[in-house]
Amino acid sequence: MPQDELQSGDPGRRFDYAAALTPGLLDPDRAPPDAVSGPNGKAAVKRYAVYRNNVTVSLIDALAASFPATLRITGPDFFRAMARFHARETPPTSPLLFEYGRDFPDFIERYEYARPMPWLADVARLERAWLDAYHAADAEPLASVALASVPPERLADTVFVPHPATHAMRSRYPVVTIFAANRRDRPVARIEADGPEDALVTRPDLEVFVRHLPPGGAVFLDRLMAGEPLGAAAAAAFAERAEFDLAANIAGLLQAGAFTAAHHGGWA
Amino acid sequence: MNGLAPASRISKTSRFPAHPIAGLAGTSFKHEHLRAILGDDPMGGFFEVHAENYMGAGGPPHDALARIRRDYPVSLHGVCMSIGGPRPLDKAHLGRFRALVDRYEPALVSEHLAWSTHDTTYYNDLLPLPYTPATVSRVADHIDEMQETIGRPILLENPSTYVLFAESTMSETDFIGALVQRTGCGLLLDVNNVFVSATNHGYSALSYLADFPLAHVGEIHLAGHTEQADDEGDLLLIDSHDGPVADAVWNLFDIVIGRCGPLPTLIEWDSNIPDWPVLKAEAAAAQAILDHQADSHHVFGKAHAAG
Repeated sequence: MPQDELQSGDPGRRFDYAAALTPGLLDPDRAPPDAVSGPNGKAAVKRYAVYRNNVTVSLIDALAASFPATLRITGPDFFRAMARFHARETPPTSPLLFEYGRDFPDFIERYEYARPMPWLADVARLERAWLDAYHAADAEPLASVALASVPPERLADTVFVPHPATHAMRSRYPVVTIFAANRRDRPVARIEADGPEDALVTRPDLEVFVRHLPPGGAVFLDRLMAGEPLGAAAAAAFAERAEFDLAANIAGLLQAGAFTAAHHGGWA
Repeated sequence: MNGLAPASRISKTSRFPAHPIAGLAGTSFKHEHLRAILGDDPMGGFFEVHAENYMGAGGPPHDALARIRRDYPVSLHGVCMSIGGPRPLDKAHLGRFRALVDRYEPALVSEHLAWSTHDTTYYNDLLPLPYTPATVSRVADHIDEMQETIGRPILLENPSTYVLFAESTMSETDFIGALVQRTGCGLLLDVNNVFVSATNHGYSALSYLADFPLAHVGEIHLAGHTEQADDEGDLLLIDSHDGPVADAVWNLFDIVIGRCGPLPTLIEWDSNIPDWPVLKAEAAAAQAILDHQADSHHVFGKAHAAG
């Protein structure tokens, strides 16, 4: 499309109304653009501020909807102040708002006022993974008994196809315990856990599940999801954690619906 | 005119019943109401969804929409195509929109005369545009592109606005009329938006309606608004969709339906969302006005035939 079509009545000037209107939408210190006014020459400070307010508040609301446990932990005033900084610094690039907030956990990690809660960013990361699982493609999970038919000598060669909703997350903090306590409406009891927790997120049908991964489980699942065969993934898990329990991990992943298929014997 | 027949993509492979929408009142579909709706007596109306909320790959949103679509007519309302923007439409978004239309076979498809994306940023608001012959041309190209992509005409919604552009050389009604002429699109008349913009810019809502191409309206929106003040201390209405429809808007709706007959009418309620019975009652109030007009049209028709 020729750019000339955007020219205004003044043939010497190209009027790009979007370029004129947008800078002040995320910057409250800017005056309204000269291009707009109220009727009969009325001022447009408060009028333009309606758009700025709609943009800011709706993006804060979008983050609040996607990160409910983070909000519950911080309280609404803290959360909305934090989300306002983030929305103005990193507005969405997609019109699909359920995609928004991928950079929010990293922002929380850098956010000065959140420093007393070093685990908060990981809670937000788990909430982001939960939302991805919620919207992931539907697929029938691999049945728990699927491996029973695999000859024992082929087990180490078996390669798994991850379910589209499956996600593994590692944390230095008790992220699963904190997440679970704050995603419900019930009062939050004192959280006694203080050790690291790795999380498994799955959605075998319509409900998203978040579970603890046992020691070595995260590296095991990461390797399987990257397409490594079972034997190599187990070796990596043992190398990281000597107490890695292979049978329990496989059973747990299958029961959670983490995979859709398993191939062995050269993708037979 | 692009010569597209309504719902031309609906074929023998339809996966859902054809549920007619003519003369019905409906509500926005909110996921938190799903259980109440399914457990309730059938409403007999329709539901409208924001298209973007169903553009994920799978999961509960699609499950809920499929359940609703089996039992009710569904109207697919796009919020962020940026039809009114100066930049080319987002091809990926067009593709997603087409996939939704193909999948759910909606009774109505609509979008806004507004824009929300500029360069790489999505602003999540319905932003205004100047009304000039140049923007008519650009917006008409966008409507053509969307209609060609989805294979059917859209209904274009009149906006609520808070500012005016010095650049504008056309009235909003002339601008919308020119788009209808150029593209063959239909119109979604948001009566609350008419009231809000008329109040904000100091013109009469009735004269706006007198100039509006009512013959092309295929759907009505009704919603609540809130009151603020502009820089001069005068009333500035905000299209907030967070409460019941105002009496003044009901009165305008009555007038519109008196002129147009019973059109599909939606109660929009997008924040401070009430329990399902409250929303349902608001739709029932709209349905009563539609039914009253349907009866008087019917009586008039019979008397005419007898005479």
